[in-house]
Amino acid sequence: MKSAVIVFPAANCDRDAKVALEQMTGQAPAMVWHQDSELPDVDLVVLPGGFSYGDYLRCGAMASQSRVMQAVKAHADKGGMVLGICNGFQVLTESGLLPGALMRNAGLKFVCKPVTLSVEETQNAFARHYEKGQEITVPVAHGEGNYYADEETLNRLEGEGRVVFRYKGNPNGSARDIAGILNDKRNVLGMMPHPERVVDPVTGGTDGRALFHSLIETLS
Amino acid sequence: MTAITPEMVKDHGLSESEYQKILDLMGRTPTLVELGVFSVMWSEHCSYKSTRAHLKKLPTKAPWVLQGPGENAGVIDIGDGDAAIFKMESHNHPSFIEPYQGAATGVGGIMRDVFTMGARPIAMMNALRFGEPSHPKTRHLVSGVVSGIGGYGNCMGVPTVGGEVNFHKSYNGNILVNAMCVGLAKADNIFYSAAKGAGNPVVYIGSKTGRDGIHGATMASAEFDDASEEKRPTVQVGDPFTEKLLLEACLELMATDAIIAIQDMGAAGLTSSSAEMGDKGGSGIELDLDKVPQREANMTAYEMMLSESQERMLAVLKPGREAEAEAIFKKWELDFAVIGVTTDTRRLVVKHKAEVVADMPITALSDEAPVYERPYQPREPKGGDVSFDKSKSVLASLKAILAAPDMASRRWIWEQYDNSVMNDTVQHPGGDAAVVRVHGSSKALAITTDVTPRYAKADPYQGGAQAVAESYRNITAVGGTPLAVTDNLNYGNPQKPEIMWEIVAGIDGIGAACRALDYPVIGGNCSLYNETNGEGILPTPAIGGVGLLKDVTKMATVAFKRQGDVVIVIGETKGHLGQSIYLREIEGREDGPAPRVDPALEKKHGDFVRGLIEQSRVDTCHDVSDGGLLVAVAEMAIGGGIGASIGVAGLPEPIPFWFGEDQARYVIAAPFEEADRIIEEARAAYISVAALGKTGGDRLVLEDSNSVSIAALKAAHEGWFPNFMSGEEIPMTN
Repeated sequence: MKSAVIVFPAANCDRDAKVALEQMTGQAPAMVWHQDSELPDVDLVVLPGGFSYGDYLRCGAMASQSRVMQAVKAHADKGGMVLGICNGFQVLTESGLLPGALMRNAGLKFVCKPVTLSVEETQNAFARHYEKGQEITVPVAHGEGNYYADEETLNRLEGEGRVVFRYKGNPNGSARDIAGILNDKRNVLGMMPHPERVVDPVTGGTDGRALFHSLIETLS
Repeated sequence: MTAITPEMVKDHGLSESEYQKILDLMGRTPTLVELGVFSVMWSEHCSYKSTRAHLKKLPTKAPWVLQGPGENAGVIDIGDGDAAIFKMESHNHPSFIEPYQGAATGVGGIMRDVFTMGARPIAMMNALRFGEPSHPKTRHLVSGVVSGIGGYGNCMGVPTVGGEVNFHKSYNGNILVNAMCVGLAKADNIFYSAAKGAGNPVVYIGSKTGRDGIHGATMASAEFDDASEEKRPTVQVGDPFTEKLLLEACLELMATDAIIAIQDMGAAGLTSSSAEMGDKGGSGIELDLDKVPQREANMTAYEMMLSESQERMLAVLKPGREAEAEAIFKKWELDFAVIGVTTDTRRLVVKHKAEVVADMPITALSDEAPVYERPYQPREPKGGDVSFDKSKSVLASLKAILAAPDMASRRWIWEQYDNSVMNDTVQHPGGDAAVVRVHGSSKALAITTDVTPRYAKADPYQGGAQAVAESYRNITAVGGTPLAVTDNLNYGNPQKPEIMWEIVAGIDGIGAACRALDYPVIGGNCSLYNETNGEGILPTPAIGGVGLLKDVTKMATVAFKRQGDVVIVIGETKGHLGQSIYLREIEGREDGPAPRVDPALEKKHGDFVRGLIEQSRVDTCHDVSDGGLLVAVAEMAIGGGIGASIGVAGLPEPIPFWFGEDQARYVIAAPFEEADRIIEEARAAYISVAALGKTGGDRLVLEDSNSVSIAALKAAHEGWFPNFMSGEEIPMTN
């Protein structure tokens, strides 16, 4: 599996994503600068967490307008896999690759802690190595992770099996406890929790590994 | 040219004798710009004029110390060619006036001190002191400071991994915000601030210069009064996004060999960075202010020299490398400008609009800065009444103490900090010390911040020594070898002899403990004049300690891990109730003498406990500090969600035994056979040791009779902070 990590200014989880991909795939991902207009030939593009462009407008809003996002959209249109984590999820909703929006946490504070997620859907490239209904522990670290979409969209996401992860114990007020969703073609996943932070037992657990294994198996 | 009047001299915080010294050094009347430069360079904040003579007494050397005090941060060798670079610094005055920006820029400033030396910051810590919980400003200040620390650190992508928080009425009008940054570099690629050589380009990098923070260093060197809020314009505004770009750009430039010297523009901005770099390099510096990137129109030379705009650096490059450096900064969309040149004149010359606005000998700003041997007046360490009501229930007191403002869980705070970004956090906040892995290796750094201000008030010497001892224990308790400390000395007005004595005795106590523990001081910061309307804070010499775990898999945490482990206390419990949390929270008195520190005993017990952890024989350990033995056991039970049954046969006085704050103690837990061996070995080494009981169940059972559920203790411990911050509960005065 060949992968790329997009480097937005101040998207500070780019190194974490790189290290996790290296560890899981045995291959270093390409690090792609936000001003590049082309992607290398890869199977997976990761939009990492962080504070792209300082999150000075809405989170992810400026990154969604960056040059590289045209290439990411083209990659997704061709069916290429895209994983957006935390700020990356915000970039995906801001650029229209995923529906809905991520608002300020209901508690109005940044929240960093391990949360329990229930894996809701496993028939997709990102979660096939989990069991349906499995509970996993993955950290969140965000101030704006409160997922919002209108009722019709939420019904459609649920009806089409596009809600992949749900919170058990909602940390941010997200509609219907949604933690991660797919696009309609099921090749773009956005999630607020950080699977790349749980691939190493020394630093908090290994519950994120199955997500990377799923992608490796799908794409190899 | 503006004439200098006595009022202007006074407004610049300079005394008459200091102004006379300026006249003598210059041989003429200074210009306004020069007066401003002297005022900040000779301020307490920059010159350490009250403490310098005493700080010299601190031990600063060890074979593993690569750089002691005097640079932007201290550096230690952690093996394999790696170096840890760290420092702690205060941002007290700005944080009281504007808590969010004050705390945020405190974080930003200390990070720059570390990355200007070539290190990537890997962990942030803090030491915070607020007024009593019932004071009307306290919640506002807690909320603002915590958001400010989180807002800056989270955006930087550097984990904030721990710290400490106290509440006390002496901080009602003067909170303390001390931030510590730890970074990693290669030992052979560390950058210093000595601008050696003449004819080298002086370059300005980072944000543009604005009018914010003018005279911040002078503000930080004066007492507060009721009009202090009017000083809000002197508080700087932080931009963590720009700082993140500056970090990456600087590290990219540092990977080349284009830099001769580099220093961040912190307090006193362009003035102190240029003067200090010239001073250390034995050179002169000539600046052309017309070339300084400016955020606002029509800035005067005075404003530019004294601006404390954030996210700026000054560097001296090798000649001919400007274009290469500029390309890096342009890529990161940062300002870059050659604003001057080094000279061989040993003078700081500043030009603006084709006029020389300052021309002064650099040594006048450094070596010639005033040093005061301020008079001090010792007072007897506090004695007093440590009597207590013997009929009080031990377990009811335990529950009350676990929910006291100084003792309750700080989860409400640390969950607002990204403490796992960078993916190397091994121990998150809430333990004895944070543990952060050295990226790509199996070793790790243990980091802690400590001081017990109420001890330092009762006995400034013991308080200084105890801060070091507790730091040493906290690092030991996770399995780390303590290597070095940075100190952040927060005190009141040094011109009062009784305060000056607190400072002198505190430094002596720190020095004695550091010397005995082989735990040198490699940097630090003094924050004096922490007074409002003439009332000083509790003396608060915060110690930031760093230690090394050679193998991160050989580590201990506080949480009980198994049922049936034997709970053992290492170190003697005499039942010292003076200045204890028990006396304050249960008897309502801040009374009695501070506990005495015996550094030799600290070392002996520390080496023993660390050895057990390093040999993988113990994975559960907690130092005994605030609240005493029973509080330590309760925290271990809450952490693991496992109860314990403990007791000591024939205890004459249970209250001092369970709640006394004797030093040099640890609680460990180990399986039965291992525990037997440990007790035997401790006895053979003449170390005081006792088995207290066994882990198991879901209750804390005392002396086989009374008990309390771990769930109830946890609810009390976890509940106070969120209730307090929600405003639903008006807290008791401490």
